[in-house]
Amino acid sequence: MAIIKTENLTYTYGIGTPFSKSAIQNVNLEIEEGELVGIIGHTGSGKSTLIQHLNGLLKPTSGKVFIDGQDIWDKDVKIRDIRFKVGLVFQYPEYQIFEETVYKDIAFGPKNMGLDEKEIDRRVNEITDLLGLGRENLQKSPFELSGGQKRRTAIAGVMAMEPKILILDEPTAGLDPKGRDVILDRIKEYHRRTKSTVLLVSHSMEDVAKFATKILVMNRAEVFCYDDPPEVFKRAKELTEIGLSVPQITRVFMALKEKGVDIRTDVYTTDFAVKTITEYLSRRS
Amino acid sequence: MENIISVQDVEFSYPADPESNEPAKVILKGVSLDIEKGGFTAVLGHNGSGKSTAAKHMNAILLPDKGKVYVEGIDTSDETKIFDIRSHVGMVFQNPDNQIVATIVEEDVAFALENMGVPHDEMRKRVDEALKSVGMYEYREHAPHMLSGGQKQRIAIAGIIAMRPDCIVLDEPTAMLDPNGRRDVMKTIQSLNKDYGITIVLITHYMDEAAQADRIVVMDEGEIVMDGVPKEIFSKVEEMKKIGLDVPQVTELMYELGKKGIKSDTHIINEEECTEALLKLLEG
Repeated sequence: MAIIKTENLTYTYGIGTPFSKSAIQNVNLEIEEGELVGIIGHTGSGKSTLIQHLNGLLKPTSGKVFIDGQDIWDKDVKIRDIRFKVGLVFQYPEYQIFEETVYKDIAFGPKNMGLDEKEIDRRVNEITDLLGLGRENLQKSPFELSGGQKRRTAIAGVMAMEPKILILDEPTAGLDPKGRDVILDRIKEYHRRTKSTVLLVSHSMEDVAKFATKILVMNRAEVFCYDDPPEVFKRAKELTEIGLSVPQITRVFMALKEKGVDIRTDVYTTDFAVKTITEYLSRRS
Repeated sequence: MENIISVQDVEFSYPADPESNEPAKVILKGVSLDIEKGGFTAVLGHNGSGKSTAAKHMNAILLPDKGKVYVEGIDTSDETKIFDIRSHVGMVFQNPDNQIVATIVEEDVAFALENMGVPHDEMRKRVDEALKSVGMYEYREHAPHMLSGGQKQRIAIAGIIAMRPDCIVLDEPTAMLDPNGRRDVMKTIQSLNKDYGITIVLITHYMDEAAQADRIVVMDEGEIVMDGVPKEIFSKVEEMKKIGLDVPQVTELMYELGKKGIKSDTHIINEEECTEALLKLLEG
């Protein structure tokens, strides 16, 4: 059974005004449990609006959202429970840190869930290790940490709630390549260990290509496609046409094909490119 | 060629903070760098490498603890010349929202000119020119908060252009933008350099942006560790990775092919060159 399901999900801003505009329109989506989904789409494509529906921050204008088979706006469902089930990490989450110590900040969510001290302690320590924050930093003020560490602290606070679904909105925005790799690597590890469902919004096709098990492409308030990465990158040409930047490597293979080389164009990582080229060369010889 | 900025043996640290027992932090450990007039220099380095601190020395936002910085031959530590220095070198920052002050685009671009006491007719002319040079003239009567991040950043750049600087230092101007916004801002930066002859210093985390410059300076731990043309810098794949930086994907591909014993050239840094090289390899 799909852990996330939407049915004709539509959200319209400013109904009844001249500025009325649908941010998402008729979105039908089924995401299976345990997927690591990369969500791509340019600004205004509806991706942020979509994820805000998945934990009930926004109420659909029409259509339905099911989490774990439950209609989240059903009158018997407590939206608070949905928020614990679906953890949402916003863009630049470090701006939302407010506690005196790193420990307290990470513990804030679990505490609100009503967990006992022992369980909270276990979770804080576990997630601190997982994110490589260093237990020696737990009693420090979060504001003493580096930018990348602050970001990880904020993410840890949501992960410590052990949500069934974790959604991150551009978790690597504004970081340097090293900081970016650390965060993506830790998210991947979190996904591997918890086997939970993770959705990650990104502007970088290169990043998404590296780790996602599924890619969701949003375009003009609608789902453009939701598929396995190789299937998505087969449509690289269409992706560029809707204004998305496909990985540099993919563009090179598309150009090769256009110049008459009989080669696949769904190449999106360096490793895969090397493999494709060596195979081509050995086939020819 | 003449240098517009000359950084000479600059050392800089942020002072100790007795309140939080934070020791003094040494950021720049003797940095020397000359920026040639009309050039396009990219500065790379991971967070904390000192690149932003170095940039802030280029128009006297920060002054060196030791060493000197000269802008058009003026010593930046001369407080009476600060106005001249900043009229030569303008600065654009990462977050467009922090740089916009007015509620109408053209008023925002005119802000500095009004402070400088530029006469009205001249101001009108400069604002229009500045907006045209960043491709935002059609938006002159719009409200900045209704624009996209990339458009706002181009407005911020126009505000600097209107002051007619000889050089613009941009500190990660595209870090908060989406791919379209990044592309437009990079096009604008290219055009300011090529068509208007403005010297560009671009601090960035994006390797494909740095690849567009004619010189790359790499900083690590408060020092300049590499300085050369992009082809040269990116061909040092191992070194770049060791200091936490990347190389363009196509360069990495060439490097990996090389490791497999396939003849390849790691001086390739853009798609066109890579396509050509692969074409030769696959059809040769």
